Amino acid sequence: MLFFQVLFRVLQSSDLWNATLGFAALLLLPALGGLISERSGVVNIAMEGMMLTGAYAGVMSALATQSVFGGLMGAMVAGGLMALVHAFISINFKANQIVSGIAINLAALGLTNFLLFVQTGGQGVPSLKDSLRLPNISLGPISHIPFIGPVFFQQNIIFYVAILILIGIQFMLFHTNIGLRIRAVGEHPQAADTAGVNVYLVRYLCVISSGILSGLAGAFLSLGIAGIFNSDMTAGVGFIALAAMIFGKYTPWSTGVACVIFGLGEALSIRLQDSGISPDLLSTVPYILTLIALVGLIGRTTPPAADGVPYYPGSE
Amino acid sequence: MQESMIIAPVAESEVPYAVEMRNIYKAWPGVVANDHVNLRVRKGDIHALVGENGAGKTTLMNILYGLLHQDSGEIYINGQPVHITGPRDAIKMRIGMVHQHFMLIPPLTVAENIVLGHEPGSIASVYDVKKARAAILELSRQYGLPIDPDVRVEKISVGLQQRVEILKMLYRAADILIMDEPTGVLTPQETNELFDVLRGLVAQGKTVIFITHKLREVLALSDTITVLRRGKNAGELLTSGTDQAAIARLMVGREVLLRVEKTPAHPGPTVLHVEDLHAQSDRGQEILHGVSFDVHAGEILGIAGVEGNGQSELLEALTGMRKSTKGQISITQVTDGQPGTTRDITVMNAREERRAGVAHIPEDRRGSGLVLTAPLYDNMILGRQGWPQFSWKDFVLLLRNIASWAKKLVAEFDVRTPSADVPASSLSGGNQQKVIIAREIASDPLVLIAAQPTRGVDIGAIEFIHRRIIEQRDAGKAVLLVSAELDEIRSLSDRIAVMYEGRIVDTVTPDATEEQLGILMTGGTIR
Repeated sequence: MLFFQVLFRVLQSSDLWNATLGFAALLLLPALGGLISERSGVVNIAMEGMMLTGAYAGVMSALATQSVFGGLMGAMVAGGLMALVHAFISINFKANQIVSGIAINLAALGLTNFLLFVQTGGQGVPSLKDSLRLPNISLGPISHIPFIGPVFFQQNIIFYVAILILIGIQFMLFHTNIGLRIRAVGEHPQAADTAGVNVYLVRYLCVISSGILSGLAGAFLSLGIAGIFNSDMTAGVGFIALAAMIFGKYTPWSTGVACVIFGLGEALSIRLQDSGISPDLLSTVPYILTLIALVGLIGRTTPPAADGVPYYPGSE
Repeated sequence: MQESMIIAPVAESEVPYAVEMRNIYKAWPGVVANDHVNLRVRKGDIHALVGENGAGKTTLMNILYGLLHQDSGEIYINGQPVHITGPRDAIKMRIGMVHQHFMLIPPLTVAENIVLGHEPGSIASVYDVKKARAAILELSRQYGLPIDPDVRVEKISVGLQQRVEILKMLYRAADILIMDEPTGVLTPQETNELFDVLRGLVAQGKTVIFITHKLREVLALSDTITVLRRGKNAGELLTSGTDQAAIARLMVGREVLLRVEKTPAHPGPTVLHVEDLHAQSDRGQEILHGVSFDVHAGEILGIAGVEGNGQSELLEALTGMRKSTKGQISITQVTDGQPGTTRDITVMNAREERRAGVAHIPEDRRGSGLVLTAPLYDNMILGRQGWPQFSWKDFVLLLRNIASWAKKLVAEFDVRTPSADVPASSLSGGNQQKVIIAREIASDPLVLIAAQPTRGVDIGAIEFIHRRIIEQRDAGKAVLLVSAELDEIRSLSDRIAVMYEGRIVDTVTPDATEEQLGILMTGGTIR
């Protein structure tokens, strides 16, 4: 019974919901990145590695340029470059996209550890001073509305950016010409090619976008939430994002909802430390939800028809 | 000196050719698809590009459309030399192509499919549903091709999907329209409609290149003809000065028998009896709604119908590959014209059915007829490996017996292969099919179920396969023939059952006209 008492109390606190939405935003960026890549037909499980690279590059660029904006740029470029590797391997060399993704995740871990050691002489980076961190922003008077204010309008700047990106991607995918082409390429690249769409170009742009979004999420983690870079600091967030994308059936809105659910799971597992149930056990809840989603209990999850299938021009 | 020279040449005209391809050479490792091929198409003509499967027709057109690139050779459009590096170039040169397998995206709407890649507005702009719809309705009116722009492509019939493909070309302002085997999926009525549409387009100044291997269509529709054989030019003809036999000779390289020769059937007692058979599709919806028919000894029953009306599911239910939900299937042993024991085979699996005497030539040769990577001798005993002459106690294979059996069948059925040790994948489609037919016929069945027995098979092999099927009939077997080729159904069958939406709607004699069959195939009645 203690558990339910604690749960009830925790669920009423605005802190919990503020943290939930913060986590959700952190998940949402790589999830949308993966979504856009897979919508174009390239399976991307490398958001984890791209985020980690972005987190590291973000800190290093922020220190080098002494500007948080420089840090953001560095993170997105680094994420984009990792994605470029994945695009090249998947699209031009037509290699197995899962294997490429795993390789990128492992390489990112090794590479960031190596560079961290070399560039700091084994000392690690120091905590960033406030001017190099992504600030929390309170949105004027509405941030003082009881409960609502602290939950929605006292968030990190990247939270608001992520919401705008969510709306932007939803609109882009379903209401613009480029969105039509992305969906066509992901469903039937032969048809898109014969209709005059540049399949390779669309796929490259989508995969690179996934890297930029993941890099941005990495910066959010290192420059925003943590204020420091630690080895393997993403700790699986990129994989939860992957699950959120599948849970969200490859559509932006539902992916956003999935991110909130998974974010709640994360926030709860921290805040229920003293409830009598193991937080480790609690933190498995989002993944169990994912498995349920995969077996189709929450409606059928159908990936784009050509997801993961390399395109050979002239083939049928 | 090519044979083409003895045929009446296409007259030289003052106007440059709409399309001229010179000395096109295209090879893959081990295969020469186009061996210095020439193609000349006059503006405003319907030009038929004919040849057997594997003659290089589609390769040549894929090169013209930019999907493939020739190793050497030149292309001229309206007299101008051009380099086509991709479909986008071809579209700019006003070339359009409808592929044999439609290039449509099922979950998108008709309008989205048509405008894709050339949407109203710039690439970065909002997709303008209204403008797209208006443009399509305008085209639709101009060319007399009615269509609903807002419906999803997955919801419309194959005939309408083809119309979407044609509108796609017209939306891109194509003047040269390539149609790759466009009639394969159509009913006779839809085919006639398509021909009217194509004639109408030519009347409006378009040029059509029409790939086919159906000789009747060539004569009915085209003005000029290019024949390819094994990747080379075999002839260039004026349609008005030729006939089916001449084209077939050029396609195959020898005299071929276009008509199947057979004597009247002498049907005996019922062998295969199917009554009120119901079955579900893979999606769990009922697709066979009570199918009943009999096949007698010494008779070929043909099942005609547009693909997708339950024929595949019927075949699977009959051969133990799909569970029926209701109804009965039984076979009766016939000896010397007298019925013997009857066995219920409704719930048997494929293995038990083979034992009971049902032989099956499956419709998907490569998927379920053969193990492509396995050698011919394995394929020759597939499904019969448990027989005492092939294995000891259904456990240890008797390889020597199997090898000599395979050798015997290869000779008897004229399978063109260097040996019985090569993998099935190394054979041509026609020879692969001969391997299956050899295996099934050699098992001396009571019932032979032949599904699409000549699909993707060249004319020479078709003749051979048809003769073998008729031999089986004459030997007193009950033969069930399912085919999408109406000509094949009509020339082989002794009776024709027409299937529509999971039911046998009527059973007619083979002298029923194509028109009548077409009406039945689309759900009409003729009595």
